[in-house]
Amino acid sequence: MLDAELACGRGEVLALVGPSGSGKSTLLRCIAGLHTPAGGRIECGGETWLDTVSGKNLSTARRRIGMVFQNYALFPHLSALENVLEGMDDTGSAEALERAQRLLRKVHLDGLEQRRPHELSGGQQQRVAVARALAREPHVLLLDEPFSAVDRATREKLYGELAELRRDLDMPVILVTHDLEEAVMLADRMTILSRGRSLQSGPPLEVMQRPATVDVARLVGLRNVFEGEVVSHSRDDGHTVLAWNGRQLRVRLQIAFAVGSRVAWSLPGAGVLLMPRHRPPSGNLDHPLEGSVAKLVTLGDRVRILARVDGSGGALLAMTVPRHLAERYALVEGQPLSLRLRGEQIHLMAADARDRVLASA
Amino acid sequence: MDWLALTLSLQLALATMLVLLPIGVWAGRRLAWRRFRGKVLVEALLALPLVLPPTVLGFYLLVGMGGASLLGQWYESVFGQQLTFSFQGLLVASVIFNLPFAIQPMQRAFEAIAPEVREAALCCGMSPLRMLRRIELPLAWPGIVSALVLTFAHTLGEFGVVLMVGGSIPGQTQTIAIAIYDRVQAFDTASAGLMSAVLLLISLATIGLSYFATSRIGLSRRG
Repeated sequence: MLDAELACGRGEVLALVGPSGSGKSTLLRCIAGLHTPAGGRIECGGETWLDTVSGKNLSTARRRIGMVFQNYALFPHLSALENVLEGMDDTGSAEALERAQRLLRKVHLDGLEQRRPHELSGGQQQRVAVARALAREPHVLLLDEPFSAVDRATREKLYGELAELRRDLDMPVILVTHDLEEAVMLADRMTILSRGRSLQSGPPLEVMQRPATVDVARLVGLRNVFEGEVVSHSRDDGHTVLAWNGRQLRVRLQIAFAVGSRVAWSLPGAGVLLMPRHRPPSGNLDHPLEGSVAKLVTLGDRVRILARVDGSGGALLAMTVPRHLAERYALVEGQPLSLRLRGEQIHLMAADARDRVLASA
Repeated sequence: MDWLALTLSLQLALATMLVLLPIGVWAGRRLAWRRFRGKVLVEALLALPLVLPPTVLGFYLLVGMGGASLLGQWYESVFGQQLTFSFQGLLVASVIFNLPFAIQPMQRAFEAIAPEVREAALCCGMSPLRMLRRIELPLAWPGIVSALVLTFAHTLGEFGVVLMVGGSIPGQTQTIAIAIYDRVQAFDTASAGLMSAVLLLISLATIGLSYFATSRIGLSRRG
């Protein structure tokens, strides 16, 4: 079941992000014409590719698309150069040959033109796939989780190359990924998908810091999601007062939420600070809190802490501290903590219609 | 050594192979990539000649092509001779009983082509014909060759169906397999032995050649 809407401009990179099964690959395949949805409309550069109302459905070969598949889908019996040539219209001409060689040079594959796919590494195959997609002079470039099949080191390298390459691309680029970091690094805009529905679109950092709903907050990895009630707004002082478990928190002014309404609120891990005891607050929206360590997990050079806030009905705040800090404070489970919440980073959302929202471990 | 019978067998095998090449490619592709209602039934029907006793197959073919059938009568009105007990009738029967030998290996070969590769071909703007020529056939080639060789060798060796549909008319429908049987019945073991050895060598050479060819193709692809 797919119920999504998206738009991407020339020279813009749009990331479609979501967990497995969210329909992002299906959406991409619909754009490519490899899958026909029950109902919908697809337009590119003023040309209608699909319109189920009028019955128009241009075949994949007629849409000018360049697609890079997750496992590259290179033609195994053809060389890298021949693979790229197949993307072109006039495959036989000398001009096409030259263009193909130039494309391969552009993706740093000169010298490897005659190799077959099985003679190339994963990263090299990916570059051939990109060159082949670009050979088509496509009106839109589609990338289906293109980095998921390579190792970390190669991936880092390819990110850099794609970032460089996109400066010369003047077509919309749509990238499907389940990795938020990838979206933040490569995309201008991001659309979050979940279970076939598009939930929010916007610049990646904005979506991650200002999720529209609790679902989006969870999908972008925010672990501190709670419920509260709006007490008042103070435009002069530039803050909103939020009631949470018997406390009153001063947060960033967000007048869209009516006084007295129940809201959900999120706070990134970076908005919870570990403070030495009795240190006075620094920002005017900082809230000192006392709590204790409920759970401690060491992951390499960082330590994930779940802190139980005193007197808040068992609410757990998630935060991450560098290992040296945890060692300096000799953190163990049960140990009392002094915390600080940065009200400036508290973001309000419509209350979840379902049951009470508690922080997830 | 009955050269006439041998020539007849080789002609029948060659003709069957040539007829089944386009049919096999067409059917193999469709079965590999399309889903349709009743597909399982179609595949089962196509596989029947593999399990049916040749005499049963021969019987039904006789009934379906014989003088009393629609096909038989139509053929007689157009060509002036009976379809059954003629070389042409043998060819029709041969094509039918070789369907699974031709179609199945071709279908597997087309199925082995990753769907993304074909999708990538579509994304490259390839027409169906170009895709067939440039991508599908080159990748499915070993399977197609296997299918043709299997068909050729199987036709050379077919006995039961050929006997029922063709009778044993020397020069017309007496293939080498039937000639061998005939010679054995007449206690002419020398003749039977010679023809058997010739048939054995031809079959071995055919299959050996195809294995050699397909292994070379496999090698060159892996580099």
